[in-house]
Amino acid sequence: MIEVKDLHKHFGAVKAVDGVSFVARDGEITGLLGPNGAGKTTTLRMLYTLMQPDRGQVLIDGIDVAKDALAVRRQLGVLPDARGLYKRLTARENIDYFARLQGLDEALVRTRREQLIKALDMADIADRRTEGFSQGQRVKTAIARALVHDPRNVILDEPTNGLDVMATRSMRQFMRQLKQEGRCVLFSSHIMQEVAALCDRIVVIAHGRVVADETPDALRAQTGEANLEDAFVKIIGSEEGLAA
Amino acid sequence: MNTTLTVFLKEVKENLRDRRTIMSALILGPLLGPMIFIMIMNVVLTRELNKADQPIKVPVIGAQYAPNLVNALKQQGLVPQPAMADPEAAVHNRDADVVLRIPKGFGDSWRKGETSQVELIYDSSQSDTGSSVGRVKGMLESYSRRQGAMRLVARGLSPAMMAPVAVDERDQSTPQSRAGLMFGMLPYFFVLTVFMGGMYLAIDLTAGERERQSLEPLFANPVPRWKILLGKLAATCAFSLVSLLICVVAFGFCGKLIPIERLGMRMDLGVSFAAQVVLMMLPLVMLLACLQTLVSAFAKSYREAQTYQSVLMMVPIFPSILLSVTPMKIADWMYYVPLLGQQVGIMRLLRGEPVTATQIASCVVTGLAVAMVAMVATAWAYRSERLAISA
Repeated sequence: MIEVKDLHKHFGAVKAVDGVSFVARDGEITGLLGPNGAGKTTTLRMLYTLMQPDRGQVLIDGIDVAKDALAVRRQLGVLPDARGLYKRLTARENIDYFARLQGLDEALVRTRREQLIKALDMADIADRRTEGFSQGQRVKTAIARALVHDPRNVILDEPTNGLDVMATRSMRQFMRQLKQEGRCVLFSSHIMQEVAALCDRIVVIAHGRVVADETPDALRAQTGEANLEDAFVKIIGSEEGLAA
Repeated sequence: MNTTLTVFLKEVKENLRDRRTIMSALILGPLLGPMIFIMIMNVVLTRELNKADQPIKVPVIGAQYAPNLVNALKQQGLVPQPAMADPEAAVHNRDADVVLRIPKGFGDSWRKGETSQVELIYDSSQSDTGSSVGRVKGMLESYSRRQGAMRLVARGLSPAMMAPVAVDERDQSTPQSRAGLMFGMLPYFFVLTVFMGGMYLAIDLTAGERERQSLEPLFANPVPRWKILLGKLAATCAFSLVSLLICVVAFGFCGKLIPIERLGMRMDLGVSFAAQVVLMMLPLVMLLACLQTLVSAFAKSYREAQTYQSVLMMVPIFPSILLSVTPMKIADWMYYVPLLGQQVGIMRLLRGEPVTATQIASCVVTGLAVAMVAMVATAWAYRSERLAISA
């Protein structure tokens, strides 16, 4: 479970995150929706301890990020916005590297790696060097190495960004599977249909603040709009930066 | 498995697959110095040896005016060449190193017992003609001395009248110390090799990873950043150390290829020389790896990091320039200054002079201390929030 309380972060005069609070529960998919530049990536970066918040608290499975960053990272599987692979290593070697950094022993490295290669349907590319991988193959490899330590909580920053229709479908399928396994899945997106199709709970962020935190149905009811797209526009107050 | 070891092994494996790194770190960097060295030394030595041993060909203008002089020069190894119309142009165009011109009135003034004049035409700005000119001058002077002495004897005077002071030169340089002068550039080759050996790794492992956006996911792993940094530094050090070893071994072979003993010099580039060089260079390996990594932690891209590295590369040149421009006496404090200490120590070894254990120790200890400071500074730079963020 991920609990975020009154998070603040500024860069110079810009308040990137200005009082964000929400809770992402186990066995649910929580969507962080907002236009470009709303503060989604910065919020997520504070969750996985890459950045320190100016103010506020983050608890991952009850552990305070500010107190024990290493323990928190052990509980998290992260697909960051930056998902660069080591292009002179094969997909398998990329996964193994992160598995060892997670402290898994060699037998566990092997079993976890092979499980993920099977689950993500990437056996055909596993022994190729990642140089020249397609966007979809790259994301698969990045997800496999992010989840190799079997984390309870999964954070995905715009996971379907740049993927084609088939790859997007299988990505959504994979996220549902993570939810079935009882994990807490938190992902960010600026694509409404994706959020609507997947999420149990939607947190809408605009200008560094949470402007709505509801189930999709409640969101429709609250705004009086039958169509989710119209509901979002009404909440955010403008159409800027949203993609259908 | 230990985090640092994991990072180290991965970086080594990845970079061994990179042809550019292999070329620069393990082939070009360490072998360039020895190769240039062999080429320069072979050209210099063969030329010097040829000039000293072989007859020297000199165009002589007006040989018919002084047959005795020309005969005396021939006995000393000068081979007169036919005269030419424009000796000044010939010297200028490097058709001849030096031309001897004997004027028409040579015989007349000779018979009158006056000073006869000859002209040597040469261009002193062309440094490689220096030894030819010197040899011809020497021949002329010895002929002049001999003839002068004979004139004095003919008039019943002692030739010693002409030489109130005799200079007897006693050069205290040993064969090794003369060689050492020629090899003043050698220490810089070692520093350069260490620099080149680690450079691509230092750039690639920090600025490169940042540019390829793999640093952010790497830092999401549950390991402290300084452990990751240590692994990366160790990989950088390993490459530059291997580079240094290759270079030292290559120089050892060089010593056998260059016919330096034919100039009456001796140079020892053997095992004990190699071991002492590697020992003194060890702290520099660490120091340069840290500085290179530190510099590339401030760069946003691979290209920017390369620019910073080329500026950093200027730093090790300073001690070399300092020592060659200002004729400083080698003092003990110099061993405490990193880079300068290595320069001075390796130069002494080349001149065949012993470097004491204390001197080597001070060189190594202060070098390690400064490397530690650089390492802490790098670790501090690695903690930066902005380091991981690519865009």
